[in-house]
Amino acid sequence: MTATTATKPSLPNRLAGLGRTLVSPRGAVFLLLIVLLVMIAVLNPSFAEPGQFIRFVQRVAPVAIVAIGQYFVIVGGEFDLSMGSVVTAQVVIAGNLIGQDDAKILPVTVFMFVFGALVGLVNGLIVSFLRVPSFIVTLGMMLALLGGVLYWTGGAATGNPADSFREIGRGGIRDLPVIDILPWSVVVLAIVLGLAVWFARRPFGRTIIALGDNATTVRYAGARNWWVKTSTFVISSLSATVAGILLVGYAGVHPSVGRGYEFTAITAVVLGGVVLGGGRGWVVAAAAGAFALEALFTLLNFAGVPSTYRDAVQGVIIILAVAYAATTVRARRRGRALETPAANSPADQTPPGSDPAAQTSPAPPVAKEPDPDSVSARPAPIPSTQRADNETKGGS
Amino acid sequence: MSSPSAPAARPVARRRRRRLDSSLIVGIALIAVIVIGAILVASVGRNFFSAGNIRDILTGMSVLGFVAIGQTLVILCASLDLSVPYVVSLSSLIAADLMAGDPANIPVAVLAVLATAAVIGLANGLIVTKLKVNGFIATLGTGLIIKGYLDSNYKGTSGQVPWEFQLIGATGVGPVPISTILMLVVALAGAFFLARTRTGNHMFAVGGNEQVARLSGIRTARPIIIAHVLCSITAALAGLLLASRLGVGSPTVGTQGGYDLLSIAAVVLGGTLLMGGRGSIWGTVGGVAIFAVVDNVMSVMQVNPFLKDVVRGIVIVAAVAVYTSRQLDRRRPRFGPGSAASAPPTSPGAGEPSAPAAPAGSAASDTTGRSEANA
Repeated sequence: MTATTATKPSLPNRLAGLGRTLVSPRGAVFLLLIVLLVMIAVLNPSFAEPGQFIRFVQRVAPVAIVAIGQYFVIVGGEFDLSMGSVVTAQVVIAGNLIGQDDAKILPVTVFMFVFGALVGLVNGLIVSFLRVPSFIVTLGMMLALLGGVLYWTGGAATGNPADSFREIGRGGIRDLPVIDILPWSVVVLAIVLGLAVWFARRPFGRTIIALGDNATTVRYAGARNWWVKTSTFVISSLSATVAGILLVGYAGVHPSVGRGYEFTAITAVVLGGVVLGGGRGWVVAAAAGAFALEALFTLLNFAGVPSTYRDAVQGVIIILAVAYAATTVRARRRGRALETPAANSPADQTPPGSDPAAQTSPAPPVAKEPDPDSVSARPAPIPSTQRADNETKGGS
Repeated sequence: MSSPSAPAARPVARRRRRRLDSSLIVGIALIAVIVIGAILVASVGRNFFSAGNIRDILTGMSVLGFVAIGQTLVILCASLDLSVPYVVSLSSLIAADLMAGDPANIPVAVLAVLATAAVIGLANGLIVTKLKVNGFIATLGTGLIIKGYLDSNYKGTSGQVPWEFQLIGATGVGPVPISTILMLVVALAGAFFLARTRTGNHMFAVGGNEQVARLSGIRTARPIIIAHVLCSITAALAGLLLASRLGVGSPTVGTQGGYDLLSIAAVVLGGTLLMGGRGSIWGTVGGVAIFAVVDNVMSVMQVNPFLKDVVRGIVIVAAVAVYTSRQLDRRRPRFGPGSAASAPPTSPGAGEPSAPAAPAGSAASDTTGRSEANA
């Protein structure tokens, strides 16, 4: 919800189109989010009050920020499994280095951002130059960082940082008319989301998406692939740093505070319709995926489902959501593959996504492809190679 | 196994450096790790090659080995299985509950465990192939579902494993534990399956390039489903082994071991491409052995347990970096950092035309020999 309103100034046209394409994969996550929020509001009417709702947004903020960072990595064609460990590391650093000394807040915060950028830089450079799959690099970083943090603290994290630092995560602008309190987390989330949307629309942001789609083409187009790829990892580590700063205020210092964040973030991003393997997806949808996931947990809570079944329901939901998106995206891509040479539009949100059936149906099926899922018209060589690319990407 | 694919890839790829078989690189890395480990262990006055120590290493290999063998099949098909730790836990619980301390129940329990695992694997495979859900998400989802079931129905350890079954985890032939022998037998069966059966060959083809495989007349769904079923079954074997070691079933034994990510790391450490189509079971066994040796050396040297994770992480990345530097042109260009696109300093233009052709060509040659049987 906030996701959509936050982007309103910059993207009025897209919001208008969104209403029409709510059933398409791009819009499905927003539809899911609305349905979930309405169901929560029905079960627990006080949830719809502005004060309660802003609390919900505050709770989601760290997850959403991590998901935004993960979005850039995934849309660039890679994984970042180290985000949870980065969150933990930053939380522990804040707790240990700041202590109760207000004067240390600024230098330590700067150090945390530098440390986050360094982690991302190491990940990105190893992926780019040593050509190790990102899954393995960030898995190694996840183990090494968590082990290093626990070794440093002796396994038990000590002391919370100064209260004025924790204020970022748990405080806010008080005494406002309607919502009573505007948490800093929500402000930070809005800033991060705004920056992400702006960045994704810049040429550099578009290059990231292009890199996830086809790295060779991007290189021929003159981009420095290694720097684009490395920067995605830096972005994700920095976003994990921001999430850590929020979490240290909200949840306090604990070595397991970031556990599982990487999978939650990947789940949220995928729920937002972003294709694993890169090249497809919208950053706002990724943030909305985080909101949908957290709304789902809230709903299960209010519905009285035992907390042990939360995981099972989450598993079912993500499989169904991705299955829905995967089958529809396929149809949509087929439609677009026919359309693109003529349409020639760099922004791919406009016509082809709205009605895949109408575009694929007039063309006769091709006999050489027996799989019913891929029966579609394909004039000759170029579109077929394009589809080959898309299909293999889905299986990666 | 690289035997069917190596002859096809050789003429296509223009490499001046001498080619090393990926299993061979793993073997060299393993020997290097053993030598370094032996020196380090000797420096603290212990004997690395003592019977007890070798037994420790081999015991450490067995559980992860089972899981990683199955994971190899799935990764060869360009999928992933993140549900294995929960399958391991579930298997140990079902086994211990059904056995209930009575040796007469052992066959029933083992069959029930394997059947359950097969159903889970079938569900994974069908979700991946029919619903077109990425393997990462599909198995993450099924893993969460099993986790929800485990958390809801088991509060702690459960059941009782009879002594006869515990012997499997406790005895050995000389310094070699029975469990490791069983693991190696499964590895042999897996290697035979990949090298000598039609489905095994189809796995390479489908993982290498699903489009080419389908156009060659392969039903692409079937190898993927079978790989997932076999992966869940080997995870269930690991669960049985853990039940036999612990004497009870435990709902957390799988997640504590971190078998999902560690098995994937072991598979990649063994030279299998994460993007599918190339790899071998014996490489995976070598990767598992590297893990076991590193862990053992750190235990003997009494490294801080948290520092162990740091070393593990560095070893994983460093080892894979060594392999990938020798396997550049074996990777499909679109995937991952091995693409020629991100390598301006090393290969300006030289490897690009051949790179896309290599996997497609090898995949096709894998299948052409057997396509008439399939058709």
